[in-house]
Amino acid sequence: MRNPRRTEKIAFFFLLLATLLIVVPVGLIVVIIIQKGLPAINWQFLSDMPRQGMRAGGIFPAIVGTIYLVAGAIIFALPIGLLAAIYLSEYSRENMLTRLIKLAIVNLAGVPSVVYGLFGLALFVVFFKFGASILSGSLTLGIMILPIIITASREALESVPSSFREVSLSLGASKWQTIRHIVLPNAIPGILTGTILGLGRAAGETAPILFTVAAFYLPQLPHSIFDQAMALPYHLYVISTQVPNVDEKIRYGTAFVLLALVLVMNLIAIVIRTRFRKKKKW
Amino acid sequence: MVKFKIRDLDVWFGPTHAIKQVNMEIQSHEILSVIGPSNSGKTTFLRTLNRLSDLHASFRMSGIVEMERVDTRGMDVETLRRKIGMVFALPLPLPLSIFENVAYGIRMQGVKNRKTLEEKVEEALQQGYLWDEVKDRLDESAFKLSGGQQQRLCIARTLAVQPEVILFDEPCSGLDPISTAKVEDAMVELKKKYTIILVTNNVKQAARVGDKTAFFLSGELVELDRTDKIFTAPQDQRTEDYISGKFG
Amino acid sequence: MRKIKEFVIEKLILLSGLASIFFVILIFLFLLKEGLALFKITSPFDFLFGKSWYPISEPPQLGILPLILGSLLVTVGAAVISVPIGVGCAVYIAEVAPLKIREVLKAGIELLAAIPSVVLGFIGMVTLVPLVKNVFHLPTGLTALSGSIMLAFMAMPTIVSIAEDALYSVPKTYKEGAFALGATHWQTIWRVMLPAASSGILAAVMLGIGRVIGETMAVMMITGNAAVIPHSILVPVRTLTATIAAEMGEAVVGSEHYFALFAIGIVLFVISFAINVTADLCLHKKQS
Repeated sequence: MRNPRRTEKIAFFFLLLATLLIVVPVGLIVVIIIQKGLPAINWQFLSDMPRQGMRAGGIFPAIVGTIYLVAGAIIFALPIGLLAAIYLSEYSRENMLTRLIKLAIVNLAGVPSVVYGLFGLALFVVFFKFGASILSGSLTLGIMILPIIITASREALESVPSSFREVSLSLGASKWQTIRHIVLPNAIPGILTGTILGLGRAAGETAPILFTVAAFYLPQLPHSIFDQAMALPYHLYVISTQVPNVDEKIRYGTAFVLLALVLVMNLIAIVIRTRFRKKKKW
Repeated sequence: MVKFKIRDLDVWFGPTHAIKQVNMEIQSHEILSVIGPSNSGKTTFLRTLNRLSDLHASFRMSGIVEMERVDTRGMDVETLRRKIGMVFALPLPLPLSIFENVAYGIRMQGVKNRKTLEEKVEEALQQGYLWDEVKDRLDESAFKLSGGQQQRLCIARTLAVQPEVILFDEPCSGLDPISTAKVEDAMVELKKKYTIILVTNNVKQAARVGDKTAFFLSGELVELDRTDKIFTAPQDQRTEDYISGKFG
Repeated sequence: MRKIKEFVIEKLILLSGLASIFFVILIFLFLLKEGLALFKITSPFDFLFGKSWYPISEPPQLGILPLILGSLLVTVGAAVISVPIGVGCAVYIAEVAPLKIREVLKAGIELLAAIPSVVLGFIGMVTLVPLVKNVFHLPTGLTALSGSIMLAFMAMPTIVSIAEDALYSVPKTYKEGAFALGATHWQTIWRVMLPAASSGILAAVMLGIGRVIGETMAVMMITGNAAVIPHSILVPVRTLTATIAAEMGEAVVGSEHYFALFAIGIVLFVISFAINVTADLCLHKKQS
């Protein structure tokens, strides 16, 4: 007969092993990038134009491009996402339409990022004739992060106790006043968390911007939203695969900046979330 | 004067028949106590008066609820709720300061003038017997008040809107006897100006404060009469059984 | 006045609520608009089952079978690796790990989800690729195997978090019942928890696979991108996604090549749609 205690020990060992197989490499990746990337970081690297076919100089235009893209994406996605979340949390009833909307959100979240790139190319670049531009790229990224913002905002709105709504309504406030003055202010931390996570996602994605905005090498800053721009993730892709003989330091440095940008955003989101949980008044 | 006239009221939540064929009249400037075991439809009845029941997706009703001869279904719901204030079972301050809690209803009517707001807030807090306890800390969070204070804050908040009717939904269920006594005193004082409908699980409370008492059982209105009559000579055996504690 | 303002706002809210449906349809329509033009030139059969992908030869040969097989090989490889490890990790986090460690592990998994795929691709290039090359004595480490390992890794956050949710939502009474009958903790997990959470775990696996099929940058950077039918997991392959990403930049708008890349987009969209709808059904079955 097998000994159940021993079986349990062996099984738990394998479960632990599986966990370590995931978590340890994550730690290693972060450590390697910090270890090799950090030495490359200095003011010049962050503020200079790339030179000598991206084999020297800095990554300033890529940083600026990414900031523009992310800002554009959020300007587009936050209002729509927030209103959609309000619809789902405050207005929708359990019916076929709501079910369809939820399914659409799930699907939007599941569409491969490169397909977003195709879509952005077909709709914004070609059909609307925006060309490869910050506008096209931002809109594409905006649609891509819409489900993240909707889902997080909706959770935040739904976590506001329904008794607050009843009290507000019972005092003669209209439905919108109740949402505006009671529900929204108390959901802001959650909405902010979702928004920042969306920002992080938009900052890190490459495939959606490949054909909608990203410039291979453009050693100047964009002048308008109809200009092409460099972007950090695409720049990293370019210098690691398309340009031979790039100094390791520049590659790791770029990877470091991108990773730091994304992780700092996530960290901020986590901090907001935990601080808010502690402060929660109900 | 008849404040409410209810005719053939039926309420359903999905398949549940919560209120069955209720007919009654409620007079102004008196306290009507509504008693009955839990799930007898008391709270639903209350929430149908100010149409808070509408919030439930599965809510359906038939029959007519008239307030001063106007069908409440036809009224603008915000105006209706301004006329009918409500105090909930648990103290439910909004996550705002003490001042803003009381000012909330007035603000939502579009009043922005600071002076007007201050006057109205003070007046309401005076009426709710809370002013002396909070006048120096109006900007603190309402959650810092004790349970009894919170409930009186909720009463003051309701009064600030200057309603005609106040619905109390078991307002003392979370309070200790002393706080309960204060709330009951406030109610008796308030009936001079307002019509009060009090839903309570506490039969003795109904006997103490109610001018009239209605007894609900499984969604039906069994009996409605002057409180002394209900408690001394009820017409229906079920009322007597409930009052004497045989069930409920 | 206020009423009018609120009326407008509420209509805007409704419109935004419908935006998701609108965008899903819009994406599909525009893929169709550009992609279907291909089938005036090539039959769907030749497109899906054609054995050679030479988009810029004259005339172009636009069979995506090598790409489908490339995606399939990498995906199956990734699934074989990620499903046992991912589900194991989910069980460990949900059932075995002490509370404090649990939070650390979850943070680690979230961290992985946050790392941009191009960064993972870069790290894969400099660490995993040479490793595979040396271990198997290959001429190049840019192989389907490298891609599978990388993708398995990238599917983990999806699999772990959804499977973990599924395990959490198993009613406590099941577990207590099993313990009361004298089962060990592992027996309870194996005989009670996992079967009870099975539809949620299935959804987790499907969504993880969905993530793998759709992944683009990392896979493009480490699979070698050879558009030939693979005969082993140790050779370079090219996936559907990588093909679009690598070639769209050069394809002329309105050319056959351009249409064909959009047609690949349709294939990917349909696959991800099917996976997400099925997974959603699984999750809803769990709830009811």
